Amino acid sequence: MSPMQNQSLNLQPNFHETGKRYFRAFTPGDDFYEALIDTHRDLSDEQSALVNAKLVLLLSNHVGNLAILKEAMALARQDVA
Amino acid sequence: MLSTYQYPRYDFVRPPELNGAPPKRYPVVVVGAGPVGLAAAIELAQDGTPVVVLDDDNTVSVGSRGVCYAKRTLEVLDRLGLGQPCVDKGVSWNVGRTFFQEQEVYHFNLLPQADHARPGMINLQQYYLEEFEIERARELPNLELRFGSKVTSVEPQGDGAVLQVETAEGNYTLHTDWLIVADGARSSIRRMMNLEIDGKVFQDRFLIADVVMKADFPLERWFWFDPPFHPGQSVLLHRQADHVYRIDFQLGWQADPEEEKKPENVIPRIRAMLGDDREFELEWVSVYTFQCRRMNHFTHGRVLFVGDAAHQVSPFGARGANSGIQDTDNLCWKLKLVIEGKAPASLLDTYGLERECAADENILNSTRSTDFITPKSKTSLMFRNAVLSLAREHAFARALVNSGRLSVPTILTDSPLNTPDLEAFAGGMVPGAPLDDAPVRVDGKDGWLLRQLGGRFAVLVYANAALDADALDALHRIEGHALAPEIVLVVAPGTVINTSWRVLEDSDRRVAERLDARHGTTYLIRPDQHVTARRRKADAADLANSLARATANPLPATTVEAR
Repeated sequence: MSPMQNQSLNLQPNFHETGKRYFRAFTPGDDFYEALIDTHRDLSDEQSALVNAKLVLLLSNHVGNLAILKEAMALARQDVA
Repeated sequence: MLSTYQYPRYDFVRPPELNGAPPKRYPVVVVGAGPVGLAAAIELAQDGTPVVVLDDDNTVSVGSRGVCYAKRTLEVLDRLGLGQPCVDKGVSWNVGRTFFQEQEVYHFNLLPQADHARPGMINLQQYYLEEFEIERARELPNLELRFGSKVTSVEPQGDGAVLQVETAEGNYTLHTDWLIVADGARSSIRRMMNLEIDGKVFQDRFLIADVVMKADFPLERWFWFDPPFHPGQSVLLHRQADHVYRIDFQLGWQADPEEEKKPENVIPRIRAMLGDDREFELEWVSVYTFQCRRMNHFTHGRVLFVGDAAHQVSPFGARGANSGIQDTDNLCWKLKLVIEGKAPASLLDTYGLERECAADENILNSTRSTDFITPKSKTSLMFRNAVLSLAREHAFARALVNSGRLSVPTILTDSPLNTPDLEAFAGGMVPGAPLDDAPVRVDGKDGWLLRQLGGRFAVLVYANAALDADALDALHRIEGHALAPEIVLVVAPGTVINTSWRVLEDSDRRVAERLDARHGTTYLIRPDQHVTARRRKADAADLANSLARATANPLPATTVEAR
């Protein structure tokens, strides 16, 4: 179930691509992670930080549900400071 | 350094060519008596093709080489008569644990399903596998091992290849119809033929130590990110046979390999890891860099490349030797059919196609693991550590932790040899998949499905009652096909069928479950145990089509259209 249909933050593995069949459970997550790291290829640290900030904003708008976003924000901050 | 292992010496045997025998043409020559070349030679020889193996050395592999042999490799080795000695000597394991700093963040089980004959993985020093293979090779009268024999030139020809061989007792010329090149990562044959191998080298160094010690680590793979005893780097621990442990320490690109190899530098690292004063001895220490690369094409006319000679990966995932042995599993049955004139030479192009695709999958997974383990920028490191810290609590992040995606066989979904499905099937046994193992009863005794198959095509038919006349007629007709597929019936528990075909009882109903098989469901299995076609009902013309397709033969003139 996607987080948009659900009223709480989805913390289970959820990566997938439409029309693609996976034979190994690790593949969709690894596909995502590679795309994420590739997005930052050849950027300076400062440029990467900006890309990350934009990414958070884009995805937050996509999620939309503030209750879910606040839950994610709290979890992200945990153990950091 | 200490040695738990006595390296055997294999004597040079003067070949007939040096005794004035008239030049002879051999059907197959294999260059390289490593785990992959020997697997190819054994499979071909035991299936009736005479093979000569040339190797410039006179012993097994020396030093820290392959360790992990995966379930699929063990299933292939079973067909070569080598699965049991490897499992008996090796350390079987299924669980891997990953630690971040001081805490376990993730663990995986390679074989969560019950009822498979072989474990997810065994750890065994490469020299044992090679020694077992050489013992097996020596049992085969049509397999000739020539040690101390170095190939100094190769001349590919339209109908084979001509080799110049150098030995301590003189040089000679060897003519062969087919040449299998298994001479490893630095393949001299590849170089002599001016063939390129492209890819990337990882900018990092790893200290690989084989250590003999009495320790009570569980039979598991342990991987640490940034542990207190080796801050900022990764460490990997594997237990092998004879109380030998393999430890990999990531060192960083700046490390000086010569300095790092010195025992006075290695011992404190291991001491810090063990955290106590227990005794240990170094058996072998080396410093490596890793690369992921492959040849553009594994087949060059009658010269066929297998294993590290054709493709290389970083060791995270154990995809090197495992994929090499799967190369030979894919190649040998095809080569045999081509030699026997039962398939056109173009069948060997599909060896290239299928295994190049497998190499890409192995390189992709091994590159991703290496990138996760050794992040190349501050941002990559930040993401890596964020994943690891979220992984303590959250399942989604655990799924992203990549300390190596361990060798599993490639599912050849895009192979042109497959016959596409026409009906719906649940589960993963799609055309191109290596068949799952399952317990079966054979003549009232417990056995395993995969041990009953392999080496020739099989038509596997599921039955929970007597088969109807149409199905029986189809099976009788296909049995007479030039490729002589074996008909094998798998029956539901308690089903009694009067037949002259081989009957396997699906004692635990795992075959029905794993193959989504019902009464009449028919699978066509390749000699390498991969599924190549499946239908809900056997049809002779349809099966003949699939057999033709699976062997790159022209489709029969009278074909039935898809029903």
